[in-house]
Amino acid sequence: MTRYLRRFSRTERLIHWVNAIGFFFLLATGLILYLPSLSILVARRQLIQEMHFWCGVGWVSALVLIALLGDRRGLLRTARELDGFDGDDFRWLRRERPAPQGRFNAGQKINASLNAAFMVLFLVSGLLLWFGEQNTRLRFASTVLLHDGLMYAALVLLVGHLYLAVIHPATRHSLRGMTLGTVDERWAREHHSKWAEEQGL
Amino acid sequence: MSAPHEEKRIGRGVFLATVAGGIGSLAFGKSVWSHFSGAVSPIASTLAPFLPKGGWRIYTVTGSIPPFDRSTWRLDVGGLVDHPMTLSYDELRALPRVNQISTFHCVTGWTVKNVHWGGVRLSDLMDRVAPTSYAGAMQFLSAETPYIDYLSLPEARLHDVMLAYEMNGEPLRPEHGAPVRLVIPDMYGYKNVKWLKGINLVHEAGIGYWEALGYDRDAWVGRSNGYT
Repeated sequence: MTRYLRRFSRTERLIHWVNAIGFFFLLATGLILYLPSLSILVARRQLIQEMHFWCGVGWVSALVLIALLGDRRGLLRTARELDGFDGDDFRWLRRERPAPQGRFNAGQKINASLNAAFMVLFLVSGLLLWFGEQNTRLRFASTVLLHDGLMYAALVLLVGHLYLAVIHPATRHSLRGMTLGTVDERWAREHHSKWAEEQGL
Repeated sequence: MSAPHEEKRIGRGVFLATVAGGIGSLAFGKSVWSHFSGAVSPIASTLAPFLPKGGWRIYTVTGSIPPFDRSTWRLDVGGLVDHPMTLSYDELRALPRVNQISTFHCVTGWTVKNVHWGGVRLSDLMDRVAPTSYAGAMQFLSAETPYIDYLSLPEARLHDVMLAYEMNGEPLRPEHGAPVRLVIPDMYGYKNVKWLKGINLVHEAGIGYWEALGYDRDAWVGRSNGYT
């Protein structure tokens, strides 16, 4: 019989999916503003621009709210896990094996840090673009380049993330952890052995 | 080499370095970005179908792009002039033609270099309608109501100001202001009124569409709107 281990709490999963839905909505409205072919198709730039802005504000606010109202202590623990790299993590990054991993492998840790940083930068550059329309002191020549560059960088991370979560046979079982919250014990032992040990396996 | 149980705080470093780099790029200015974009241009050319064509972004202030019907379209040039004109598209095309290559700057930070424009010199049109001595500025009306903007007569007489009906060798496309738009390379894009339907000579320049929303009236590239 297959036994399962809890990998992600409800708060963690909620944060993940609110983040994902918000990102896709921002990507869609952002591309309409960015790509001439879509701008022409949809027009109504003002409306799309407002939808994009308020969705961005809502995206960050919702995530902050979930973090504050949800399992704060659990999130802090997760943040510490994502922050810390041990010798095995460095070996894992250098592709040396064996390199037993905790609940997150080193790649996932870097991905999380980058995504958090991108969110801050999206927010800052987005606010500058919005308020720069009214206040010249907030207008910088490269704000728009930063915002666009972030989009490309985030897209690269997203494509890699989707591939590993949905397509790659060895890792796609992890999708279960982000939907139902639990993962197969055997899979956990194979991919996150240090974590599995901590869980008493 | 650290022992397996010894942890280093790397995650926050990655986070902070990325945030600092991003915020810093606002200060380093465009030079770093243009250097960077040179490095990624091979990737960019592969992705070309998904990128803004030629660097353009299309801004409209209303929900749709004004339609253009060659048989009914007219450009009215009037106001404080001795010889008001109403030009059909063919009559506009029949005026002495000029070509120029100039760079288009948007106030939001993007730039399109070496745009090939074909059209009519604005000063030439001005001479034909003969402004009265009371005229001090030109008012440009877009078919995209209520978009409007103004140039003082000295600005309108700059040597490279034109009414462009061709871009990069083909008739101006709908999203770029078909059939004819104003081109004033020394000023930001919002002064380059698209979908022109009328030009009026007036006593003095009024407040244009974006100027009412806080942008500078004299939109000199690199010398206005907070840029120095």
